[in-house]
Amino acid sequence: MDIPKDKLLWIYERMQLIRVFETRVSTEFGKGKIPGFVHLYAGEEAVAVGICAHLTDADYMTSTHRGHGHCVAKGVDVRGMMAELFGRATGICKGKGGSMHIADMDKGMLGANGIVGGGPPLACGSGLTAKTNGTDQVTICFFGDGASEQGTLHESLNLAAIWKLPIIFVAENNGYAESTPAHYHCSVENIADRAAAYNMPGVTIDGNDLFAVYESAHEAVARARAGQGPSLLECKTYRHFGHFEGDAQTYKIAEENEKYRTELDPIKRFKDAVLPRSLISEDELAEIDQRVNAAIDEAVTFAEDSPFPEVQETFTDVYVNY
Amino acid sequence: MAERELNFGEALNEAMRQEMQRDPKVVVMGEDVAGGADVDHLEGDDAWGGVLGVTKGLVKEFGRNRVIDTPISESGFIGAAVGAAATGLRPIAEMMFVGFMGVCFDQLLNQGAKLRYMFGGKAKVPLVIRTICGGGYRAAAQHSQVLHSLFTHIPGLKTVVPSTPYDAKGLLISAIRDDDLVIFFEDITFGGIKGVVPEEDYTIPFGKADIKRAGEDVTIVAIGKMVHHSLTAATELEKQGKSAEVIDPRTLSPFDEDTVLESVEKTGRLVIADESHPRCNVATDIAAMVADKGFDYLNAPIKMVSAPHTPVPFSPPLEDHYLPNPQKISEAALGLF
Repeated sequence: MDIPKDKLLWIYERMQLIRVFETRVSTEFGKGKIPGFVHLYAGEEAVAVGICAHLTDADYMTSTHRGHGHCVAKGVDVRGMMAELFGRATGICKGKGGSMHIADMDKGMLGANGIVGGGPPLACGSGLTAKTNGTDQVTICFFGDGASEQGTLHESLNLAAIWKLPIIFVAENNGYAESTPAHYHCSVENIADRAAAYNMPGVTIDGNDLFAVYESAHEAVARARAGQGPSLLECKTYRHFGHFEGDAQTYKIAEENEKYRTELDPIKRFKDAVLPRSLISEDELAEIDQRVNAAIDEAVTFAEDSPFPEVQETFTDVYVNY
Repeated sequence: MAERELNFGEALNEAMRQEMQRDPKVVVMGEDVAGGADVDHLEGDDAWGGVLGVTKGLVKEFGRNRVIDTPISESGFIGAAVGAAATGLRPIAEMMFVGFMGVCFDQLLNQGAKLRYMFGGKAKVPLVIRTICGGGYRAAAQHSQVLHSLFTHIPGLKTVVPSTPYDAKGLLISAIRDDDLVIFFEDITFGGIKGVVPEEDYTIPFGKADIKRAGEDVTIVAIGKMVHHSLTAATELEKQGKSAEVIDPRTLSPFDEDTVLESVEKTGRLVIADESHPRCNVATDIAAMVADKGFDYLNAPIKMVSAPHTPVPFSPPLEDHYLPNPQKISEAALGLF
């Protein structure tokens, strides 16, 4: 299907913004500037962006521990995100949540999640709200191949099906649940095959092919908006980094890793698709690259220049009287 | 010859290795306890050996039939461990972080903890669940919790919170040989703690506290990481002319009341340091016990040093403010004089 030019430009900018954000997070984490754990999304950009290209701020999303890419694709401000990772008061969650708990209710972003499989039931909740209110808002429920083995996902698929909720369950199958390969932890070759058990459409696609993701998402989102119920979309992809920063990744196959970082890289493939057909020019891409790099530089400067929260902030946002 | 030192994780690893050598029914299971299952080039070696490497090397010695990687299915594999324990195996299940217990809570609360009682004693559940707990790692609200109080509340569970490599090994061996379900808490910040650990296997009985430092003027009962903070606090108190006795209960269920009461009888003052939230925690439980059975020994109110009633914040200054530390403990103790 044809994608309008302005959308193509938006898609490239968002993918590149995720890539540069994550690469920079890896660097800053290595310098000790980002505390805690970070789980990077680089390599999976076509999934988040190909899906979110169909959304508005009113639509909802649940995410995972690998959530930075989902946030960027949904339009969460990268300055607030970076400041959150740095634990600063200007962070999108005031520095109280960190990488694994980034959320932005104004953008319908219902949180990254430190619990594998924590998101799908919440997605049923936002789906129920939209259905009850009679709006056409959809919910995207991102989860990894690891979460596909959690009971919460299976319960949620069933709930969404019987209540005909406007949800697109997106399995981001990057091949590994932490260090455990999907071919060991998963009983089926394709997670989307399980859709049959829940009486909903299920498709498995190449998640590093932006155009394939965009097209499948278009259909699933239209179906959800029309009140026809949920879908399960499995995007086969790969993460460039480890499960978390610091993971030695001995479980990965070297040639496979290399291949996904080069010829199968989703951004490279996007460029290879648009440039020869003159859908976007080299100059336009370069201009976007420049803008993205500046935005990430600015985000890091903003984060570093921001104050840490006052300690009294420990006691806000919760009932505490002891 | 100098006595051998191990770090906390190595002591745990040795306990599991020796028990697996001794008893073929002991198996290890959990998420990435070996890691890299069915990855050809690893040839039976592990990729991770647990997220902190505590089970590293076990798969090489015992194979994947006894060191079992599980999918990320906490209800499934914890329940399977309960069922396997009830039918003859002695599993050691690793729950990566204690917060993930939320996912499998039914299998602990309604199944594992209650089988022996509900079945009139006809089943036993010799299962150990090892889990990482504690703040200080900037791991935020879902990965930094201290939930030993929650599990201590539940009949049918035993709870163990070691603070040294020596205790970790002896208590883990006891836990593996125990016929009840034991939740074994390992503080996330203990990776660097070293201590003398005997090479042979040995057990430390449950319900026997250890006096980590003898003192005369104030008793500090401390749990897990708080033991180390309390020892630091005791050094500070010494400078102020106050002699603190630091007691490490080591197991919370069963709990050694006698050692605490005898100490309070001697000192007349009690501080309890527990990284839990302040309501309904082990500190309040110990305080109630002493108020009940040792009221006449007390020369001052009982003081509790806990974390606040909030989730664990991510930002370092907030988390530092949140966590109990040596200064908070020594100030609480000085306030009793």
